[in-house]
Amino acid sequence: MGTPYFDYHALAPVIVLAAVALLALVVDFVWKDGGRRAVPQIAGIGLLLALIPVFTLAADGETRSMFGGAFVVDNYALAFAGFFLIVGYVAVLMSYDYIDEGDYYRGEYYVLLVTSVLGMVVLASARDLITIFVAIETVTLPTFVLAGWRKHDTRSNEAAIKYFIIGVLSSAVMLYGMSLIFGLSNSTLLSEIGSVASGDNPALFAVAIFLTLAGFAFKVSAVPFHFWAPDTYQGAPLPVTAFLSVASKAAGFVAMLSVVALGFFASPNSWQPVIWILAAASIVVGNLAALRQTDVVRMLAYSSVAQGGFILVPLAVSGDNDAARAGFQGVLVYILIYAAMNMGAFACVIANARRTRSTEIQSFSGLGRSNPAMAVVFTVFLFSLAGIPPFAGWFAKFVMFRAVLDAGTTAAVVLGVLAAVFSVVAFFYYGTVIRRMWFHAPVDLGDTGSPQVPGALVAAMAITTTVVVVIGVYPQLFAKIGDLAFRAT
Amino acid sequence: MDWFDDWALTLAVFTPLVGMAIVLLIPRAEEAAIKVVALLTSLVTLAIGVGILVDFDFGNTAKMQFQVDKEWIPVINARYHLGIDGISLPLLILTMVIVPLCIIYSLDHFPEPHNPKAFLALILLLEVGMIGTFVALDLVLFFIFFEVVLLPMFFMIGVWGGPNREYASIKFFLFTLFGSALMLVSFLALYFLSKRSTFDISTLASFEGAGITRGTQVLLFAGLFLGFAIKVPMFPFHTWLPDAHTEAPTVGSVLLAAVLLKLGTYGFIRIALPILPEGAQVWAPWIGLLSVIGIIYGALCCLAQRDMKRLIAFSSVAHMGFVMLGIATLTDFGVNAAVFGMVAHGLITGMLFFLAGSIQHRYHTREMSRLGGLLVSAPKMGWILGFCAMASLGLPGLAGFWGEFPAVLSAFEPSRLANGILGNTASTLWTFRTFMVVAAIGTVLAAGYLLWMYQRVGMGTPKPEFEDAHIHDVHRPEWVAWTPLLLGIVVFGLFPNLIFSITNDAASSITRAFSG
Repeated sequence: MGTPYFDYHALAPVIVLAAVALLALVVDFVWKDGGRRAVPQIAGIGLLLALIPVFTLAADGETRSMFGGAFVVDNYALAFAGFFLIVGYVAVLMSYDYIDEGDYYRGEYYVLLVTSVLGMVVLASARDLITIFVAIETVTLPTFVLAGWRKHDTRSNEAAIKYFIIGVLSSAVMLYGMSLIFGLSNSTLLSEIGSVASGDNPALFAVAIFLTLAGFAFKVSAVPFHFWAPDTYQGAPLPVTAFLSVASKAAGFVAMLSVVALGFFASPNSWQPVIWILAAASIVVGNLAALRQTDVVRMLAYSSVAQGGFILVPLAVSGDNDAARAGFQGVLVYILIYAAMNMGAFACVIANARRTRSTEIQSFSGLGRSNPAMAVVFTVFLFSLAGIPPFAGWFAKFVMFRAVLDAGTTAAVVLGVLAAVFSVVAFFYYGTVIRRMWFHAPVDLGDTGSPQVPGALVAAMAITTTVVVVIGVYPQLFAKIGDLAFRAT
Repeated sequence: MDWFDDWALTLAVFTPLVGMAIVLLIPRAEEAAIKVVALLTSLVTLAIGVGILVDFDFGNTAKMQFQVDKEWIPVINARYHLGIDGISLPLLILTMVIVPLCIIYSLDHFPEPHNPKAFLALILLLEVGMIGTFVALDLVLFFIFFEVVLLPMFFMIGVWGGPNREYASIKFFLFTLFGSALMLVSFLALYFLSKRSTFDISTLASFEGAGITRGTQVLLFAGLFLGFAIKVPMFPFHTWLPDAHTEAPTVGSVLLAAVLLKLGTYGFIRIALPILPEGAQVWAPWIGLLSVIGIIYGALCCLAQRDMKRLIAFSSVAHMGFVMLGIATLTDFGVNAAVFGMVAHGLITGMLFFLAGSIQHRYHTREMSRLGGLLVSAPKMGWILGFCAMASLGLPGLAGFWGEFPAVLSAFEPSRLANGILGNTASTLWTFRTFMVVAAIGTVLAAGYLLWMYQRVGMGTPKPEFEDAHIHDVHRPEWVAWTPLLLGIVVFGLFPNLIFSITNDAASSITRAFSG
């Protein structure tokens, strides 16, 4: 074997991100005072720059494969790479004033954030167990540190420790599962694992798949692997929570989707029941637990567990009949829409926390009167999360139900009816916040912070609101992405 | 006027949306400008409606007219398909007439906490959803509009409502959402099970359920039934209605009664019956049974009410029972009666809610034991209340009669394909004739509670606490808002053929699968 083949065009997004992370680190180190202002700009612009090669690659349309098929750039990879970059950019916007105003290190924050996004972009292209593992650890490791960024706050420390221990444990479980798969199939490449299928030891293969999926389930905080989520979300700085609940969760789903669609697909009996149970349990437990929350961040944490369950539904039925494509599309479209609405919701929570220094649901009382614009925006996100048209959430639910009925098996329909019933339950807790904002008089919270919503946060809200409204009225845009991403497979 | 044919329905749906956007852009302090824009928008929408009436081909009411069929979400085969026939037209026009009247009525008395900007914006958004639902011919599009209606009504009740508004608004929302979630699942199942994967209502209806087994049809019909029956609302899903009506501001109640409830019955006629004929045949006796229970139960509840508005709300349950009984017979006669009943109920109950609102505005109470002597204090309003009560109880010569009487009559001769209560066609005749007798008893009860209400509110002498109070008689905005409705009640009462001639062919076409 000679030197491996490098396609620099295909690697360009990754290279740009790596360069940006290094540049930000150096600038912060060398140019002390000026660096404080410059680093967030570098991070933001760098993420947008990395989008350029994603677009040129998409325009090119050619599937590029490297490193013996371990790293592939196709429509699927590009769709998610672009998605992660935009989510990363919105996260930078949301962090800007929050990190600026607290007693935080700034430079390192953005370096870690960009590094995590780098891991996600690699993950989107990863087609081999080792690459997937390295990528997913690149995503996760920086977030361990970010979760504990509020260094004088014991809650934040607790959040980081909890997240770290459970994260490492899940990685170990996942790695063990992967090693078993390697032992059975003699390869780490997903395509080769797929062709071996269950091999000559189906029981062990099923155990291996179960362990691998359990590792991913921790990452996406699916029930019963969700314990860390509410505490970590509440303790971490709010922009980090937003990033965790959207980007790193989505990364877990992407890994799961790649592994299932390309690796395990031929033996649905070993992965379908696992995902079915994860989905059903997440929907039930997530929604019921969210009903009882009084803190909006914990409420959103459980809501994201529940939404994760909805995302898993199409995957759980994709092994039946010819439902695979509809199922995978359903997962992809749901992730894209979920990201927009959940990021937006967190932007509103951050803005409100600046105003009231609280994340209690009570602190939203009377927002409709004191700041109608913000209340309207938050209401849009909450309705969207609840799946009410004409906001994008309805389409996410729609593609989910579509996959269920396309499969048409009893197990699928049972899951579908469960999802339908609990999507109504979900409105109850989203509605609680809406009622607080519009039907209640403002409450006096004593120490009130700045009522002004800073520009970067407004930009983050504007981007996410636009996506939620435009996709809600004209879902074809995202549907098309989902269609293209799975045309090849 | 080719141009108008292509664009009329799109304009009708989205003009209110444009108006809403303009209203939102005007600063909150400019109340006069906000009111003018909102009123103008609703009048322009009405003008489009008049244009549609002029251009409508009345010789061909079974055919979908003013059709638009464009690509919308090709990946899932959902299309932007609009169109109207003789069933949708009366309801569409009813909506377009009611909205400006509601805006006129609110111009000088906005409920607390005032804020005309938000209130009018919500009314216009509501109009988008209502018109959209009546013209949509694609299941996905129908679902979107059906749901869009929820948002403004939720806020209207929750922000401008009475003391128990929070409970009422969330109850209203959750009930409807529950129904529509299962409705959506049924829509998707229809898509995958029908001969050709499509969401197009006309195409699906033309299959007449071919390719879907009887058992599956029964299940899917149940899903659709839940979605629509909750909206109607039918017994036992009606419990959100009295709460929502009691707490909603006057205009909210009027729109709820006059239009929103019809979305459910319209769904049965447009979607459930023609697309799943065998499901409908199996469910018909049960729909009929729930309808007559609703008629009797609603009437009995009315007799137990102390609050005037709550009484009218329960009377809605009873009246919608007649409409659903007409639909349950699966005959063109019954569907004609149902559509007439929907329009008549919209006019009459809408008027009654206006009156209840005006009475509350003057007396600051709706307790019938405290009211009395309206004919003395405000004679014109008293006479109008009497007139509406007569119309509501189905007095021949007024609109209410033509909704109620033919519906009862239609149960005498139900479709021969409909099942009876024993699950076979042998029991059909006596099942529905029993329903007919019970429904007829319901009309007597209706006369009872309406006259009783009128006696307590309108007759007698004013109670001591209001003896010296100055009770305004009907003033100008009220006259403007009410006259068209009162005229409608008389005109359609005297010339019922104005509506029957429009709906007849369309009703026959919709029930052709049951004429066997």
